Amino acid sequence: MPESSNSAIASTSSGPLEPVALVEMQGISKAYPGCLANDAIDISLQAGRVHALLGENGAGKSTLVKILYGLLASDSGSIRWQGKPVDIDSPATARELGIAMVFQHFSLFDSLSVLENIALGMDVDANDRLRQQIIDVSQRYGLPLDPERSVYSLSVGERQRIEIIRCLLQEPRLLIMDEPTSVLTPAEVSDLFDTLERLASEGLAILYISHKLEEIRRLCDEATILRAGRKVAEADPRAESARSLAALMMGSDVPPASIRGSVATGEVLLSLEGLSHVASDSHGISLHGLDLQVRAGEIVGIAGVAGNGQDELMQVLIGETRLQRADSLMVCGRAVGRLDPGERRRLGLCCVPEERLGHAAVPTLSLSDNAFLTAHHRKPMCNAGLVSHKLSREFAEQIIERFKVRCHGPGSLASSLSGGNLQKFIVGREILQSPKVLVVSQPTWGVDAGAANAIHEAIQALANEGAAVLIVSQDLDELMQASNRIGGLCAGRLSAFFPTLETTVQKVGLLMGGSHS
Amino acid sequence: MNETVMLTILTIVTAATPLVYAAIGELVVERSGVLNLGVEGMMLGGAVCSFATAHYTGSAALGIAAGLLAGVLLALIFAFLTLSLQASQVATGLALTIFGIGLSALIGQPLVGIAFSGLPSLHIPWLSDLPLIGRLLFSHDVLVYGSFLLVGLVAWCLNRTRAGLVLRSVGDSHHAAHALGIHVVRVRYLATLFGGACAGLGGAYLSMVYTPMWVENMSAGRGWIALALVVFAVWQPGRLLLGAYLFGGISILQLHGQALGINVPSQLMSMLPYVTTILVLVLISRDRGRIRRNAPASIGQAFHPTT
Repeated sequence: MPESSNSAIASTSSGPLEPVALVEMQGISKAYPGCLANDAIDISLQAGRVHALLGENGAGKSTLVKILYGLLASDSGSIRWQGKPVDIDSPATARELGIAMVFQHFSLFDSLSVLENIALGMDVDANDRLRQQIIDVSQRYGLPLDPERSVYSLSVGERQRIEIIRCLLQEPRLLIMDEPTSVLTPAEVSDLFDTLERLASEGLAILYISHKLEEIRRLCDEATILRAGRKVAEADPRAESARSLAALMMGSDVPPASIRGSVATGEVLLSLEGLSHVASDSHGISLHGLDLQVRAGEIVGIAGVAGNGQDELMQVLIGETRLQRADSLMVCGRAVGRLDPGERRRLGLCCVPEERLGHAAVPTLSLSDNAFLTAHHRKPMCNAGLVSHKLSREFAEQIIERFKVRCHGPGSLASSLSGGNLQKFIVGREILQSPKVLVVSQPTWGVDAGAANAIHEAIQALANEGAAVLIVSQDLDELMQASNRIGGLCAGRLSAFFPTLETTVQKVGLLMGGSHS
Repeated sequence: MNETVMLTILTIVTAATPLVYAAIGELVVERSGVLNLGVEGMMLGGAVCSFATAHYTGSAALGIAAGLLAGVLLALIFAFLTLSLQASQVATGLALTIFGIGLSALIGQPLVGIAFSGLPSLHIPWLSDLPLIGRLLFSHDVLVYGSFLLVGLVAWCLNRTRAGLVLRSVGDSHHAAHALGIHVVRVRYLATLFGGACAGLGGAYLSMVYTPMWVENMSAGRGWIALALVVFAVWQPGRLLLGAYLFGGISILQLHGQALGINVPSQLMSMLPYVTTILVLVLISRDRGRIRRNAPASIGQAFHPTT
């Protein structure tokens, strides 16, 4: 709806005075030990416009928004709010001004209910009035959410809905959104964009951080591009192509995404045969008779909206939950349904769970220790039964080098890496163990285009070497690009699978919604 | 009712009350994400200070106040070291217990062997005169009623008020709480001091009502039991009350059992309260969902606002 947002600009900028920006950040600098995260960045946001903030991981986007939201203090520079200098020293000050933020890493409390989480973020009591407001907003914007559920029982996608609703309830003047669409279906993204465009036309300023260049071109009116802590360009995203934006962001042309080959005919390496599992948690999703064969050299994608059984499926595949029938899950012809994760790894089944920090990696351990934790099943990492730090460090160094993980070295803590770099490390750790079957959940969630490309290429290379790969993701674009065959998971049931080249996003969208065409 | 049974029940109440105080305080501390292992030391500090004050001034009320204050001061040392200076909570808590044992023995040196009249029972008109129920329910001292009131108040605050919500949020994820602009360190200071006050009151009850006199190291591990009660009660005030009375009840009953000459080694009998309380609370706390909803996820972790 560019017309409506443009008319909103016209109405705000008409008048005798120069149009005053809602927010102006001038000369913002912030240094961390060893790196300059922000180097004299200027950015100006107008009411009624959607402004994109673009940059790779580690380009300084998060630092800049944290300064704007009062979570970090800048070393130098100033912020003006409607022309007046302000000192945003805490998130509370930011909220008073009218700044709301949807975080990339959600600031949610696992043990509290949805209602309590929202109440905490809004400085109001968790009462019936708020409950009703939540239900109203969630229905109006198509973000279904039960206010009484505890957050720990929600999927990542559902958690993000809490954050978005929390922000919308505050009726902010400026809304900061950090990668908001990474877990939504195409239909949901479209609904969200309608909402955002409506909000912008009502005079809200939106600062939109995303790696999805197509989205930015569709939604945003203007863009600021950061690279290595510096502002490198301001652009009109609608006048640029996705390729030229990516080139500005990375400073070099991006290689085009690899196109997968024809459907594989190798031997079946991973096989789900009537796999069923009854959820132990009342909020969990039961899996009903899943049938799927993944062949050597093939990449199969399972699409689906969060909360349709992805978590349960991953747990069953990894071995965190054992199956009733051992032969309902076969790896290389062996029944593994009742084996533990380590035994499955030894047989060649390696998995990458969705949550990077805390599930796929131990945040407080070094990269080399994290490498040891999964790799010792398949690679020699011990001397006479004792951990060999030399061998695990060498393996970690190998991963860092092969996958260009940006860090200080194998001794860095997992929690000190940016999301994309840690993801490269975790995926790399499994790939370098040369698994026969690789199962990956959300391989590029919250990862920039460069890192996503690297991960996809590595997965493709693994499949070319004869491994079977299963990707479980909510990012349909990713699956359309990376998989040979694709199907949907809805309410714990798998749809039929189709060769990706012979299907369309719309058709897969229907499969994700449970329609079996 | 048989006089012995009546007396036994009344003794059970006095045995349970110090545990209720110490444990409910620690429950609040842990719900804010702080693990204070110094409960035993704070109880002893409260016990000796309240006894000394009551002995020298002759005022039970001043004695109680002194016990409370001693607990707060010891907790303040802990809070400063762990929250402001970011020392390890486990090591600091253990040090606080050792410090409390030593300091109370030093202060209590001239008080050993002195008896104290104890805290008067309340006489509530009409209610206290009821047969049976009057003595059972309406003739306790003020601290017993206070303990029940406190548990109810803590339960209500935790689950029904914004302050309780803020406290739980800090205990669940201090980074998320900080991101919302909640003063994590301030909340934890207040919770820790509240815990100290409660432990001090528990100690005061020991030296002024339960014995009533000062004996070196008289808390005899009750601080540790209070800590265990909090965990086994899954951080829920109601269950904590149940656990404290279970422990108090069995520790008194086994004494009677020994007095009656039941042919079981006394060491086994002395184990009973510990074993039974833990067993019962473990059995009623098996629900994983309940643990996820109530256990403070960030317990024991130091909070750096910069990360």
